[in-house]
Amino acid sequence: MTDATVISCRNVWKLYGPRPKPFLAALTPAASFQDIQKAGYIAAVRDVSLDIAKGEMLVVMGLSGSGKSTLVRCLSRLIDLTGGTVTVDGEDIAKMDERTLIDLRRRKMGMVFQSFGLLPHRTVLDNVAFPLEMRGQDRHDRRARALEVIELVGLKGREDYFPRELSGGQQQRVGIARSLAIEPDIWFLDEPFSALDPLIRREMQDEFLRLKRMLGKTSVFITHDFDEALRLADRIAIMKDGAIQQCDTPDQIVLNPATPYVAKFTEEIEKSRVIRARAMALPGAGEGQALAADATLHALARQIASDPRALIPVAETDGRLLGLLNRAAALDILFGATA
Amino acid sequence: MTGQRKGALALLTLAVVLALSRNFLPAGLMRPPEWLVWPFADWLNAAFSFCQNDLGLMAVTRFAASGIEFLLDVTGNLFYGKNRWPHLGPLPWTTFAITAGCVAYVLAGRRLALFSAGTFVWIAVMGQWEWAMQTLSVILIAAPITFVIGLGLGILAWRARWVERLLNPLLNIAQSLPQFAYMIPVVVFVGVGPKAGAITTIVFALPPMIRMTVLGLKKVPENVVESGLMSGASRWQMLVRVRLPTARNEILVGVNQVIMQCLAMVVLTSFIGMPGLGQKLLQLMQSLKIGLSFEIGVTIVLIAVTLDRISRAWAVQQPRHFERGTPWHQRNQVFVTWAGLMLLAFALASLNPWFSQIERSEALSVAKPIDAGVDILIRLIDPVSQWLRWFLITWVLIPFRDGLLWLPFTTVLCLLMSLGYSVGGPRSALVCLGFFGLIAMTGWWDRAMITVYTVIVSVTLAALMGFPLGIWGARSSTRAARVLLVCDTLQTFPSFIYLIPVIMLFGVNDVAVVGAVILFAAVPLVRYTIEGLRGVSAELVEAAAMSGADRRQLLWNVQLPMALPTIMVGVNQSAMFSLFMVIIAAFIGTQDLGQEMQRALSTTDVGKGLVLGLAVAFMGLMVDHLVTCWSETRTRSLGLDASKRV
Repeated sequence: MTDATVISCRNVWKLYGPRPKPFLAALTPAASFQDIQKAGYIAAVRDVSLDIAKGEMLVVMGLSGSGKSTLVRCLSRLIDLTGGTVTVDGEDIAKMDERTLIDLRRRKMGMVFQSFGLLPHRTVLDNVAFPLEMRGQDRHDRRARALEVIELVGLKGREDYFPRELSGGQQQRVGIARSLAIEPDIWFLDEPFSALDPLIRREMQDEFLRLKRMLGKTSVFITHDFDEALRLADRIAIMKDGAIQQCDTPDQIVLNPATPYVAKFTEEIEKSRVIRARAMALPGAGEGQALAADATLHALARQIASDPRALIPVAETDGRLLGLLNRAAALDILFGATA
Repeated sequence: MTGQRKGALALLTLAVVLALSRNFLPAGLMRPPEWLVWPFADWLNAAFSFCQNDLGLMAVTRFAASGIEFLLDVTGNLFYGKNRWPHLGPLPWTTFAITAGCVAYVLAGRRLALFSAGTFVWIAVMGQWEWAMQTLSVILIAAPITFVIGLGLGILAWRARWVERLLNPLLNIAQSLPQFAYMIPVVVFVGVGPKAGAITTIVFALPPMIRMTVLGLKKVPENVVESGLMSGASRWQMLVRVRLPTARNEILVGVNQVIMQCLAMVVLTSFIGMPGLGQKLLQLMQSLKIGLSFEIGVTIVLIAVTLDRISRAWAVQQPRHFERGTPWHQRNQVFVTWAGLMLLAFALASLNPWFSQIERSEALSVAKPIDAGVDILIRLIDPVSQWLRWFLITWVLIPFRDGLLWLPFTTVLCLLMSLGYSVGGPRSALVCLGFFGLIAMTGWWDRAMITVYTVIVSVTLAALMGFPLGIWGARSSTRAARVLLVCDTLQTFPSFIYLIPVIMLFGVNDVAVVGAVILFAAVPLVRYTIEGLRGVSAELVEAAAMSGADRRQLLWNVQLPMALPTIMVGVNQSAMFSLFMVIIAAFIGTQDLGQEMQRALSTTDVGKGLVLGLAVAFMGLMVDHLVTCWSETRTRSLGLDASKRV
């Protein structure tokens, strides 16, 4: 664990069943999801270890029932772990008493929910101010702060509306504003856009990227949508049957899927739109016109196609050389040729 | 399945054998032998007298009652000028009409506002002010107390498993105890009069409030709870600021039920000396003053509908917001109007006493024309009703009753066990045996059989009327909505009301009782038949229609089978309602448990009253068990079980 690690989980297990703890203690490490199921238990989270760095955006991707929502609830301790440890800023949250836990949530954590979880009897303003009210901030302060975040999410002028008077997208903006009200260090988002229709979802993703760039918070984002994961993530953790199949940057997941399961997701993806020049840079030195490291191959397509060199240099924005890009390999990806 | 059928068949055969060989049976198998009849009533009396005298519980209850009496005096003074503190009342009747109108306007709009205000105008103009206010002043005290206690107990039951486990069977029994059973202990511990009426009412109206609170708290969506937790709410904050407000609608539905139960009970507590509309109605009905009792009946109905609609509108009300910068008087327009009208009302009252109190001599009455009209009607339909009465009594009621009484009690028990066995296997058979065995052990077997016969006849007749009506009502969605509205309205009437028309038509006898029970019991049948049929998924109906099913085939092969579990809920309620009604109808002369209960009430025999009440409750619980059990099996086999997770 480095200094920059905010959340760290080690061998986290969550089992559902009659007597999960003794069962886990007796469990052999090799036991599969099906073995556990046969014994009458459901392994919602299976031996997950992760580190999330400060300011990083980790997307947990998996289909329904893969345990991703359970995992994020383990991280926020909305549910208790069966085994393993989760530390937040070096403190083991499983060992916290109720008071400390409430305090942690009041100071450091914010969460956005799939079905919004708004309180139906409160106005937008009161919903957003709710976490501030919980920690006993005075009326004037919390109103000022709530108005500030409401403006941030673009709901200015709707402060007095009630949730049912808003559209789904607007309701989720309220949910986002509420989770940001206390200026949390850690931001959990549990499928925040899944309940929205596709056009609104796209718009909310853009909005979310804007907020993320602006705030730079450590975030854990849950989704079942692989495209969404690719768009938003610094790193993606792909889950199946409660276990993490692969946890890596989007480029690496697309370039080097670790398991056949992961590969199935990447098949349908237009890789050139995901992979950036940086990920393809091989060690070496070159001269002349260089490719921008942070651009996707798709954005560089014209340049790569018209450049005759077999190895094209890749450089950071400040001009520092990163390495060389194999033109043939890049063209393969651009034209979708299978190796 | 086959084992279940075999067991049921064996028990059925045994029942038939017992019935056929009744002439050779020892007396002990004919009627419960003496060793089987236990003196439950004496034990209960002993227990009560122990609590009352030795434990000094009497002092506690009288103390609590004196608190309630104080509150009743306050409302009594304000509502109808009872000579008690704060010596301000009575308020002019116009103020009530205005307040009711404004409250209804805020919650439900113009139509209900007119209706609610009109109700109070009617009461005042018809010269029933004092009686109606006596009734309402008790409701105004009883309903909030019930709300607070019910909410508290509901929260406890939701918080602690063991409280819920303890409360559940108690609530089941409490909800199937006939109203009279509540009154006797209250008379013993508190005495008679308004305070006894209020306390009985509170106890009677408590179960639905507890139920709805628990339901509401359990139904709070998981994501709302989680968002509350993630906002850093402590346990207390979770309850008060997250869960209870989110459960608002269910809790307010509970409030609606509390108010309606209060009204129904307050009317009935006239039996223990509670003055008001109920007492007046009772006196008038006993002296067969049809026109006047009709007037009171209308008043009670109007009050019931007003209270029900207002509280229901409150329950479904959604918060609204005003645009920024709306001035105060516009935000509170109704309040300003109300205040203005109140000033006007007081001014009018000081100018002309008619606007304050309407003396009975000044009141209008429609009793005479109604009496005349009813006379004509009765003369017109007399041949029919005479024949109907004769037919029902000679060919249905008496033979069935005699038949039921002719059967050895062991046969009845075996029949019930057989029924239980076929529905839910050995466990249900034992449940049936348990409930009716206990009834046998109380020593009131014959009386109980008379109650059973009245209920069976009434529910059957009610079903013969209710099912076709329900099927007819379910034809189109607009018709369904209309019929359901009528059913809803009918269900808000206190049971007492149903006696008025049947006494009008049939006089005071068995047929009138059966008639009242039929009316009362048909309503839930119609209602649930419609709901069941309308609830069948449209896709299924379309699929059947595309398979070429005609209307009759559709009904018999698709809609009815799918709707049956819901319809059975109606049958269950119908049986429950008839049990209650049979007992209430006792005062117009029956020979069943109800009559004995009336006797127990007049001699304040707690033990006997409770034993009789429990006997009735056991009948209800047995029906409930059988129907629920059947319904669950059925629902599961149809794959309609929504609560089961995939």
